[in-house]
Amino acid sequence: MSVGIAEAKRERSERRRGFLLALPSFAYMVLFFAVPLVIVLVYSFATRTSTGSTALSDWNLDAYRKLGEPIVRNVVVRSVILALVTTVICLVVAYPFAWFCAHQRPTIRNLLLIAVMIPFWTNFLVRNYAWRILLSNGGPISSFTEAIGLGETNILFTKTAVVIGLVYAYLPFMILPLYASIDRLDRRLIEAGRDLYGSGSQTFRRIVLPLTMPGVIAGSILVFVPSMGAYVTPELLGGGKETLLGSYIVTQFLTARNWPVGASLSFVLMAVMLVSTIVYFRSGGKNL
Amino acid sequence: MSAAVSLRGISKLFDDVTAVDNVDLDIADGEFFALLGPSGCGKTTTLRMIAGLELPSAGSLQIFGEEVGSLPPNKRPVNTVFQNYALFPHMSVADNVAFGLRMRKVPKSEISTRVQEAISLVRMTGMEGRRPNQLSGGQQQRVALARALVNRPKVLLLDEPLAALDLKLRQEMQFELKQLQREVGITFVFVTHDQEEALALSDRIGVMNDGRLLQVGTPEEMYDAPVDRFVADFIGRSNFLKGVLESSDVVCLSNGQRINVPVVETVAVGDDVQVSLRPERVMICQLDAAPSGVTKLSGVVDTETFLGNSVVYRVALDWMTIEVETDHRPDVARHAVGEQVDVWWRDDAVAVVKP
Amino acid sequence: MSETITRRLPAWALRTNGAVVLIFLYAPIILLVVFSFSASRIPGQWGGFTSEWYATLFDDSRLQRTISVSVKVALVSTLLATVLGTMSALALERFKFRGRKVVDALLYLPIIIPDVTMAVMMLMFFSQAFDLLDSVFGIGLSKGFATIVVSHVAFNIAFVSVVVRARIAGMDATLEQAASDLYATRWQAFRFVTLPLIAPGVLGGALLAITLSLDDVVVTQFVAGPGSTTLPVYVFSLIRKGVTPTINAVSVIMLVASLILVAGSVGLQRANASRGRQQLRTPGGTS
Repeated sequence: MSVGIAEAKRERSERRRGFLLALPSFAYMVLFFAVPLVIVLVYSFATRTSTGSTALSDWNLDAYRKLGEPIVRNVVVRSVILALVTTVICLVVAYPFAWFCAHQRPTIRNLLLIAVMIPFWTNFLVRNYAWRILLSNGGPISSFTEAIGLGETNILFTKTAVVIGLVYAYLPFMILPLYASIDRLDRRLIEAGRDLYGSGSQTFRRIVLPLTMPGVIAGSILVFVPSMGAYVTPELLGGGKETLLGSYIVTQFLTARNWPVGASLSFVLMAVMLVSTIVYFRSGGKNL
Repeated sequence: MSAAVSLRGISKLFDDVTAVDNVDLDIADGEFFALLGPSGCGKTTTLRMIAGLELPSAGSLQIFGEEVGSLPPNKRPVNTVFQNYALFPHMSVADNVAFGLRMRKVPKSEISTRVQEAISLVRMTGMEGRRPNQLSGGQQQRVALARALVNRPKVLLLDEPLAALDLKLRQEMQFELKQLQREVGITFVFVTHDQEEALALSDRIGVMNDGRLLQVGTPEEMYDAPVDRFVADFIGRSNFLKGVLESSDVVCLSNGQRINVPVVETVAVGDDVQVSLRPERVMICQLDAAPSGVTKLSGVVDTETFLGNSVVYRVALDWMTIEVETDHRPDVARHAVGEQVDVWWRDDAVAVVKP
Repeated sequence: MSETITRRLPAWALRTNGAVVLIFLYAPIILLVVFSFSASRIPGQWGGFTSEWYATLFDDSRLQRTISVSVKVALVSTLLATVLGTMSALALERFKFRGRKVVDALLYLPIIIPDVTMAVMMLMFFSQAFDLLDSVFGIGLSKGFATIVVSHVAFNIAFVSVVVRARIAGMDATLEQAASDLYATRWQAFRFVTLPLIAPGVLGGALLAITLSLDDVVVTQFVAGPGSTTLPVYVFSLIRKGVTPTINAVSVIMLVASLILVAGSVGLQRANASRGRQQLRTPGGTS
């Protein structure tokens, strides 16, 4: 056959091979991921009947309108504030730690980073449960504060407990991107800053902080986003007294049986995630 | 006897870019042939088309008379030594070398004999058990050679195999490669951007630029009789005097002066040409009258540069400046800047090229 | 160098912060292990050393059933996810085909999606699908082992794919060309060159999938059926009812299991890295 035809043929058969190779996972993801996602979107326009089942016939925006109601707004605002507090605490704690790591010898540095990651790799439920034990009435922390004369500590089932749990869960997500961006700092810029400004805090504010901003943004998003949608941690440590977004969505399905509202909230949550991820990539997070 | 490799009208297009443009080339059996050119000129693409790693968009490609242009690489009787050697990191030296034989289901006993032969051919005996990451660059290259040659290909293709080596090592390996080719006796097609390497190693050179094959010839032909300005400029250094071809052996330079040149067949009379004049063919010394067969001009020395074994002068003629290179002779006085000098060259020491 | 700035910032402050962070990260886990041996019925209080809580686990058949379900789900879903994820990784890294960008995007979504949303999605999907199958074909299916596996595979394909893609991308692409030049067919090149070199990545992806499957709470809770609960979901429901020392013991066992997986993963990373270093070592230098 002529070479031109052979060339085209090879190209086509390459394409076909690639397509066939990707097909099984693609088909699976369409059926068991894309379709479910679409169904959620569809359900968010459905109506909740009086018996608690869902009628798909009347399409409306009721479920989305309900999002504007005080109950839901409170839930969302509470979740956002909690996520923000968690993020700030993580930032304040992680930055010095990441700085410290970046200035150690490579062996120690790697050890520290692995040490930070190992708890993260252990079972998530168990990690939350550990705090449940620690913070419980009569638990070790309470005994400790009693022993040093501060009286009992009953932090469990408060927002503080939830924040502690969230910080514990997501601290590594803040440490690693910060470390990556601090590691990239050109030390000579810092020295130049010391020459110019003379004081450490000025140098930090005007040179170090702006240069490590990509790491700050990436870490913040990586902490804020999951914190907003957290479910297990608030359930175990917050006791469900003050409902957060994750729990609220779950109750729509399991107890309140208002699937349309649950769907619309899930969808909104996912939209927030998507936007944040785009911001993360745009701010160069991927290049860290 | 048919040529080892024969390309007719070979072209390769990538989307809108023409990487190789209508190349006609015959490479003889047993020849050490170099494809020479700057990066992006299409030499590697041409090599890959011979290997089968790319398929031509048009044209015919034959190996010893057999049309192979549309065959995949694993069906062609050629093997390649890649620029980064592409040794399989998870296999030992012996397994790397044996790979091609194993793929073709050669019997085990024969495999071990041939592998031993190939390894001793490249002087790597004793290293059979090593992994590629335990070898130096030069050693990796030799394994890559053995891995290709063990299959007794009809043609061996080498894609800038010495580019990653440092200078001393490269010179050693150049010598070894030449020896190896003589010993094995098969056709080597060698891609390089280093013109000195091409001049030193090859029986013939093909210069490419912008996808086109500009000229093919022996190293001497390429150096003394380039037909294209690019070739003249790429190989060695050259002055270029612009002019018009008045007749088959006379060029009228842009300052009006007429000079004699060797008979030109490749350019039509009346066309613009450039006269390629190598700096070392120009002499500086006082000539009262130019004898026949010599062209003489006058100028002023502009700069003088001492290079150790030679001295390079830039001499300003009335309409342009040319470079002149002379051997360094401690007993002969050098010309000073600002000195009025005569420069002259033999009429047959130039080449007329297309601009 | 950087000493100029760190000398001004009290070095002790940084070190203290570092120590505090590490203590903060490890104390809960260590204390949990310690208290699981406490004889006190009140969790968190020390009442003398005992291993009785671990002993009771052997008699708890309900618990053992959930462990068995968890392990089966993890193995089956990991196997599927690894095969599908590896195939898609190969397709995306080595081939150009129509719809490539769509597949690429679709395989990134599960990584960022919040698990609550995923749980909701799968629940709605199954309820709709079962209704449809019932009304059209008369087939009555219900949530159970299969729905859990299907859901786990749905998010694990993406994770396996990311890990394997990274491994493929770090692999020298000319190796496959060299194999072809040396008479290998596509399949032979894959079997003798590509596969051995991406194997650490595939294993790493599989380990990640097992970990995520064993860890999962919310998605599984939504799609599990009455007879088939996994360990984390079971423990989660127990905890909400009230904390008991038995749960302490179970938690520690889960902890140890996940630590073993971590160790395996870290060990694999090192093998990965050193193989990678071997490959990336550029030719050159003196003979």
